[in-house]
Amino acid sequence: MEAASVPEAQIAPQAPRKTGGATDRAKSERRLAYMLCAPAVIAMLLVTGYPIGYAFYLSLQKFDLRFPDEKEFVGFQNYVDVLTSSTWWSDVGTTLIITVASVAIELVLGMAIALVMHRAIFGRGAVRASVLIPYGIVTVVAAFAWRYAFDPTSGFVQQLPLISDTWAPFNERGSSLLVIILTEVWKTTPFMALLLLAGLALVPGELHEAAKVDGANAVQRFYRITLPLMRPAILVALLFRTLDAFRVFDTVFIQTAGANGTETVSILGYNVLINRVNLGLGSAVSILIFIAVILIAAFFVKVLGTSTAQQRGEA
Amino acid sequence: MVDSARERVLWGIGILVVLFYALIPVLWIASLSIKPVDKLTDRKFFSGEISFDNYDSIFGDDTFTAALVNSIGIALIATLISIALAAMAAYALSRLDFAGKAVILSGALAVAMFPPISIVGSLFDMWRSIGLYDTWAGLIIPYMTFTLPLAIYTLSAFFREIPWELEQAAQVDGATPFQAFRKVIVPLAAPGVFTASILVFIFAWNDFIFANTLTSTDNARTVPAALAFFTGGSQFEQPIGAISAAAVVVTVPIIVMVLIFQRRIVAGLTAGAVKG
Repeated sequence: MEAASVPEAQIAPQAPRKTGGATDRAKSERRLAYMLCAPAVIAMLLVTGYPIGYAFYLSLQKFDLRFPDEKEFVGFQNYVDVLTSSTWWSDVGTTLIITVASVAIELVLGMAIALVMHRAIFGRGAVRASVLIPYGIVTVVAAFAWRYAFDPTSGFVQQLPLISDTWAPFNERGSSLLVIILTEVWKTTPFMALLLLAGLALVPGELHEAAKVDGANAVQRFYRITLPLMRPAILVALLFRTLDAFRVFDTVFIQTAGANGTETVSILGYNVLINRVNLGLGSAVSILIFIAVILIAAFFVKVLGTSTAQQRGEA
Repeated sequence: MVDSARERVLWGIGILVVLFYALIPVLWIASLSIKPVDKLTDRKFFSGEISFDNYDSIFGDDTFTAALVNSIGIALIATLISIALAAMAAYALSRLDFAGKAVILSGALAVAMFPPISIVGSLFDMWRSIGLYDTWAGLIIPYMTFTLPLAIYTLSAFFREIPWELEQAAQVDGATPFQAFRKVIVPLAAPGVFTASILVFIFAWNDFIFANTLTSTDNARTVPAALAFFTGGSQFEQPIGAISAAAVVVTVPIIVMVLIFQRRIVAGLTAGAVKG
């Protein structure tokens, strides 16, 4: 009877679970789980919940560090000031242009790279390693690399055919945004491609074979089979990237610092909080950005929810 | 899969295009960093002349060497703390049965989406009053906002793949619980923990917004923030050579890690997003 001496707790996981889950074992398992999760959960709450709560408190104050004695409660006045300023709305516009343009380009380009990686019989490792480089590189470094490439004093871009020798992209809004978007696309398309590649792997090969037999060409198969089946993977990738792009800060800070109409909402928040040390007004900007991120996330989660529900219904 | 010669050529071209796309800016900044000072504005992709003066100048500059030490120390400590906390949580999430799993996972996801600019102002104010401004801890703490969720997601995905029954099998075979853990579970879990650590390190290494706003001197300023404050002769004269050389120095370790661990990094990156 050797086995009987093994403490029950160590063989119990194989035993069928009682419904209702009120056994001692289930209770102690739950207690252990909470103890193990508590440090990480408390840490996450402390590092996000507390500062955001404090930011909300600050956003209701008139609080300029240059005149700290004038601190007073002003209710939602800072929000009124931000929401009635043209700067806020033009910065929202700029942020949306960068977000929509870069995410759209990334989706198309990411899909192309994912297809190359999916189909590549040779060189798959080389492709995977090389797309991870833009992803792993420090954003500030990528921003400098592209800035120096396009800057007319140091850059090689103006030496390329069809490009004017005197082109100075950072002197003007449209071309500045173009370089910013290019940098964002270059840096983050690999992440999009890897998420889409994981989605592609879930599309069963037999469906393609069957469609081929029925006479569907490659383009038809892509639009009728691959894309619909990848819808959830595409939406997840879009959610991640849209939220990330909306927060864009590093690239803009390094390349233009917000000059020539390239100021994004994060740059605005930085300027008011850190350069003008107006913590009251700046915190209102911070909270508004936070709300915008929640709205974007809620939109995607809703679309994602309906799409997976639809797919389950059809299956 | 039977591919015709023509298709093989087409996919081959596709691979070359992807390689070209990924490597151009990296080669460009590397080329800038080895241009002699008088060739920095020659506007050629490669100068043809090689000089390591830019590297000599940054390693002779306390601002850069201090920033490099700060970057390495802060990213390593942030990685160690978040991996330790996340490993406990991920073990519970992937192996134990309890209510609230979904809440914790979606909560971690929500924290990962958190815009850093939303807390920069309040941290700036709090850190100045409690003395954490411009310190290592002052950066490590906010780094938890993105390192913890990332670590929890990747570790739970990896832990779900571990055949935990082997632990009981070892105990049935006479191993003590500690032996079973050390000789069976640790070797199985180590690769996942290692991969998650690399990912977390890369994210901490990359941070600019916290480092830029919550530091002011060599005391805690990391390389990305220091790069933005390198000064040339005048406001309009950029220290292109020094910035490029420093950029290469912080990029090389990332490229080395990515090349060695590419397969596992891809698994870690996508596991959380697809299965979670």
